[in-house]
Amino acid sequence: MTAVESSTTYDVARIREDFPILGRRLSGDLPLVYLDSANTSQKPQQVVDAIADHYAQHNANVARAMHQLGAEATAAFELGRDKVAAFIGAPSRDEVVYAKNASEALNLVARVLGDAGRIGPGDEVVITEMEHHSNIVPWQQVTQRTGATLRWFGVTDEGRLDLDDIDTLITERTKVVSLTWVSNMLGTINPLDVVIAKAHSVGALVVVDASQAVPQIPVDVAALGADFVVFTGHKLLGPTGIGVLWGRYDLLAELPPFLGGGEMIETVTMERSTYAAPPSRFEAGTPPIAQSVGLGAAIDYLSAIGMQNVAAHEQAITAYALGAMQEIDGLTVVGPKEAVMRGGAVSFTLDGIHPHDVSQLLDSRGVAVRAGHHCAKPAHLRFGVQSTTRASFYLYTTEQEIDVLVEALHHTKKYFGS
Amino acid sequence: MNVDSLYQEIILDHYKHPHGSGLREPFEAEVHHVNPTCGDEVTLRVHLDGETVSDVSYAAEGCSISQASVSVLNDLIVGRSVDEGMAVLDSFTELMQGKGKVEPDEDVLEDGIAFAGVAQFPARVKCALLGWMAWKDAVSQALVTSSSSDPAITGDPT
Repeated sequence: MTAVESSTTYDVARIREDFPILGRRLSGDLPLVYLDSANTSQKPQQVVDAIADHYAQHNANVARAMHQLGAEATAAFELGRDKVAAFIGAPSRDEVVYAKNASEALNLVARVLGDAGRIGPGDEVVITEMEHHSNIVPWQQVTQRTGATLRWFGVTDEGRLDLDDIDTLITERTKVVSLTWVSNMLGTINPLDVVIAKAHSVGALVVVDASQAVPQIPVDVAALGADFVVFTGHKLLGPTGIGVLWGRYDLLAELPPFLGGGEMIETVTMERSTYAAPPSRFEAGTPPIAQSVGLGAAIDYLSAIGMQNVAAHEQAITAYALGAMQEIDGLTVVGPKEAVMRGGAVSFTLDGIHPHDVSQLLDSRGVAVRAGHHCAKPAHLRFGVQSTTRASFYLYTTEQEIDVLVEALHHTKKYFGS
Repeated sequence: MNVDSLYQEIILDHYKHPHGSGLREPFEAEVHHVNPTCGDEVTLRVHLDGETVSDVSYAAEGCSISQASVSVLNDLIVGRSVDEGMAVLDSFTELMQGKGKVEPDEDVLEDGIAFAGVAQFPARVKCALLGWMAWKDAVSQALVTSSSSDPAITGDPT
C-alpha cells in the first residue's frame, strides 16, 4: 500500500463528517482546526453513540450481576476486549488487560516485575532519553526500590535513537528494556526489531509504549515479538479512562497481582487470598465497562477505514506539514525533519517567541496545538529547549488545516515583532 | 475573548525589556519555582535591609506573561517594606483569581493592572503568578534567615 494508491480512495471530507466536534465554531466564529491529536484524539459519532446506547439501554455491573442487564453489560464489555485482541493481533483475548490509561499499564508492569523478583540488586533496566515521563518514572521507582540500576539510550541530533551503545547498554545484567514505539515529542518511529532482538539475546524482557503507535500504524503484537505492549484508548478515537496492557500469557500467568480488590481474586479468607487467572488478576474493582464498549466502537471505526489507509494518510499529511512549516523563517523542527520513519507529531520552536505565546496566538485563530514539555522533559533537555509547540495530526486532518496553521504562525511572528 | 486583552502593550514591553532581571548579591534567600504543567521556571533572590525589600533579583525562563509579571513585581516591590509588598501581592493575587470581575487599583498595582486581561484566560493565570509565589516563598525564608542570624532573637550563646 502506498500513499498514492490510498489517496485515491481515502476521503478525508467524508471521515470528518463523522466527527461532530470538527464542525464546531470557536470564539469569533472561527472554525476549529484541531492539531492536538497526539494529546487526545477526537471521537466519531459512532463511538459517542455506542457509549450513550450502553448507558441508556444496557448499563449494569459486569461479571457479578445475574440479571439480564448484567449479562448484556458483561457481554458488551468482553466483546470490547475481543475487538482489542483482534485489532492488535493478540494470540489470546486473555492477554488483554485493561488499565485506566497507558501510564497505569506501565506502572503495572514495572511494579509486578519488581514484586516478582525479576528486577533486583545488580540488575539493570534500560529505557531511552525520548520517553514520555510515564515510561521513565515507574522504572526509576522500581529500580530505586529493588536496588537495580536504570540506564538509557541517548538520542541523536536528528532525533533518532542512538544505537551506537547498544552492545554496552544491553548486557547480561539487563532484565528489562522499555521504550516507545513512536515518540510523542519527536515523532520518531524507533527500530524496535533491532532493540527487541538484542534484548532477547541477553534474556531481557521488552516493554513497548505504543500509545502513539496503535492509533497511527497497523500493529501485530505477535509479529512484533515484544513481551509487553501498552497503549491508551483516548488517543485511538476511544473514550478516556481505559488503557490496555498486552502481555505474553505465560508471563502474565506467573506474575503477581498489581492492585487488590474485587474481581482479581479466586477466593478470600480473613487470612489470605488466592488470585484469579489473567487478565482478571490485574483488574481489581469495577472495570471500565462503557469505555470498553466505546473502545470497541473506535476499533470498528478504524478497522472499517483500514489501518494501512490511516497510516498512509498520517504519512502524507506529516510530509505536507513538515514541508510547509519548515519554510517559515525562524521555525525549527525538533525531531526528524523528513517524513521517514516518523509519526504525525511535529514539535518546533519559533525564534524569540515562547511556545505558550505561540499556542495562545494560534488559539486566537482557532488552531489548537499543545505547548510545553509534552511530559518529555529529558527529551527537551537533550535538544537544549525548555519547551516546544507541537502540532499533531490524525486521520481527519486536512492539508487546508495545515495551511491555516502556517498562516497563523506567520501572524504570530508579526504579532510579537520577530 | 480577544487575545489583545491578554497581550497588553505594557506586558509586551516588560517582556522585551524586563526590569531588574539577573541574579545579584547580597541576598538572604534564593528560591527556585517551577510550573510543573508547562515547565516555566524562575530563580529568585530577595535581599532585605531591615524591614525594607532592598532588592528582588531573578533569572526566569518562560512565556511573555510569566516574564513580564516578574518584571512588574520588581518595579512594585523593591524599596517597599515587607508588609507593603505582601499587600501588593494580595492585591495582584485577587486580581488574577477574580476571573476578570475584579477592578484593579492602579494606585497599588501600577503596570500590574495590565494583567487584568490575563484573569480571563484561566490557563495563563499560573504563568502570571509564578514569580509572585516565588517572591512570597523567598521573603518568608529571608525573614527566618535574618531573624535567626540575630543573636538577640535566637539566644545564641555568643
